[in-house]
Amino acid sequence: MDNVITAKKLIGGYPSNITWQDTDFSINRGEFVAVLGPNGAGKTTLFKLILGLIKPIGGSLTVFGENPKKGNPRIGYVPQRHPIDSEIRIKTIELVKLGLDGNKFGICLNEKNIEKEAMSALKTVGAENLADKPLGELSGGELQRIFLAEALISKPELLLLDEPLANLDMKRVSEFVKLIYRIAHFQNVTVLLIAHDVNPLISVLDKIIYTANNKIVTGKPSEILTSESLSKIYDLPIEVLKDSQGRIAIIGTEQPVHQHENE
Amino acid sequence: MNSAIFTLNIFNDLQSILQYDFMRHAFEAGTIIAIMAGIIGYFIVIRKSSFAAHALSHIGFTGAAGAVLIGMTPLIGLLSFTIIAGIIIAVLGKKASTRDTQIGIVLAFMLGLGALFISLYSGYASEVYSLLFGEILGISNSDVLITLIAGIVVIIATVIFYRPLLFYSLDEDVAEAKGVPVGMIGIIFMILVAIATSMAVQAVGVLLIFALMIIPSATAQRITKTPKNGILVSMTISLLSVWVGLFASFYIPYPVSFFITTETFSLYIIVLLIQHFKNKRLVTILQK
Repeated sequence: MDNVITAKKLIGGYPSNITWQDTDFSINRGEFVAVLGPNGAGKTTLFKLILGLIKPIGGSLTVFGENPKKGNPRIGYVPQRHPIDSEIRIKTIELVKLGLDGNKFGICLNEKNIEKEAMSALKTVGAENLADKPLGELSGGELQRIFLAEALISKPELLLLDEPLANLDMKRVSEFVKLIYRIAHFQNVTVLLIAHDVNPLISVLDKIIYTANNKIVTGKPSEILTSESLSKIYDLPIEVLKDSQGRIAIIGTEQPVHQHENE
Repeated sequence: MNSAIFTLNIFNDLQSILQYDFMRHAFEAGTIIAIMAGIIGYFIVIRKSSFAAHALSHIGFTGAAGAVLIGMTPLIGLLSFTIIAGIIIAVLGKKASTRDTQIGIVLAFMLGLGALFISLYSGYASEVYSLLFGEILGISNSDVLITLIAGIVVIIATVIFYRPLLFYSLDEDVAEAKGVPVGMIGIIFMILVAIATSMAVQAVGVLLIFALMIIPSATAQRITKTPKNGILVSMTISLLSVWVGLFASFYIPYPVSFFITTETFSLYIIVLLIQHFKNKRLVTILQK
């Protein structure tokens, strides 16, 4: 299978604050991957490394067989909590267009073409009716779809979505997950999606990257989301409970005594 | 201010206005200033960097006061201080959201310095007044030339950096990931703001800088849906307000900056009211 991302002995974070170390994993083409873990455990750091916005402190990371570089057209990125001021009245399609040519200097010579690409990206996310709507008037769910269109317009092979499900109500969450899954499946796009709650994703996931306690582990959902493996990651007794529909709950118990004994 | 009488024949009126050198200079400089303010103001408004423009104009005041003190033309002092301050502001705060405090810190220090320069300067108070409230009717030939060069620089830079600047203004994080050199674009943007602000100070002064740099663009932002139209409308509003302001001040002896401010402000309020009532009507229609 085609390797999209490979990490070997990777150390991530900032020199003064190492987020995780000795990380080995690989992501293959077309995989739908959830990036899970508590706040501050380095989920966004991982994205920044893949995007080439920060450099690994140690080890190696390759994306499409090369060192990560800024502005890689094969990657589409939707950052977290990305504010659009409610007073901005520029129409939606203008933002989507920037996803294709916003990094180019000088006068735009193929405006018509870019407009067409933007419209088709909006269609892909089912938002063609929003093309002329002012950005500031979009709801949270509509904005997420527009950001996705902005990322998709350059026809990326890898999509990095940082908490796209936050601030969406339950119905929108499941619609959005289906939408991303459909895109990933039909266009053979690899998806890395940072999420707080794994449940809406369980039916579509191929892999999980779990980061906590200065570690990253990867594997199939059935391997990672077990009491045994999560207890090992956190170094705490953790229980994973499953309900009748396969949804899970992760429950940590009180601060263990043995950590103090080890010190 | 003069014995000319306003007739309803605009061409005759313009002819009698433009036979005066100072009016010609004012129209020339005012036109270039309005174009610059319209372009850069639009980006300031969508980036929500109004405070930066405000701060730069005040810092420019210190520069101009300093220049006057050592016997130089104030415009040079304005330009050099605002450009240096603009670069410092851009470098200090990487993310726009953290900039207010840093700008405020620099601003406080610079205004203090300005106060010192004014107290040391023993010349005419009118120099200080024209810095604060603008004196476009007193613009010299060489100032028109500097303004023209500044205008050309701003227009060329905008053409080159238009898309990255827009991307950076609307969606900084994605722009950075897409390879837009956001650090460099931030510095270039602040230099452009510095240039446009310095030029606009000639027309409306340090204290009324928003009249030209912000209000026309804020109005344009409300009534247009694409950045290109926004910039065009913003330019048109500032151009008309400067022209009408100059025209009016020829017949009515009030400061030009008063006219410009009143015009742009009134237009903003009118647009706001129209939009408000339109929305209200729309809501009542929808409720029915």
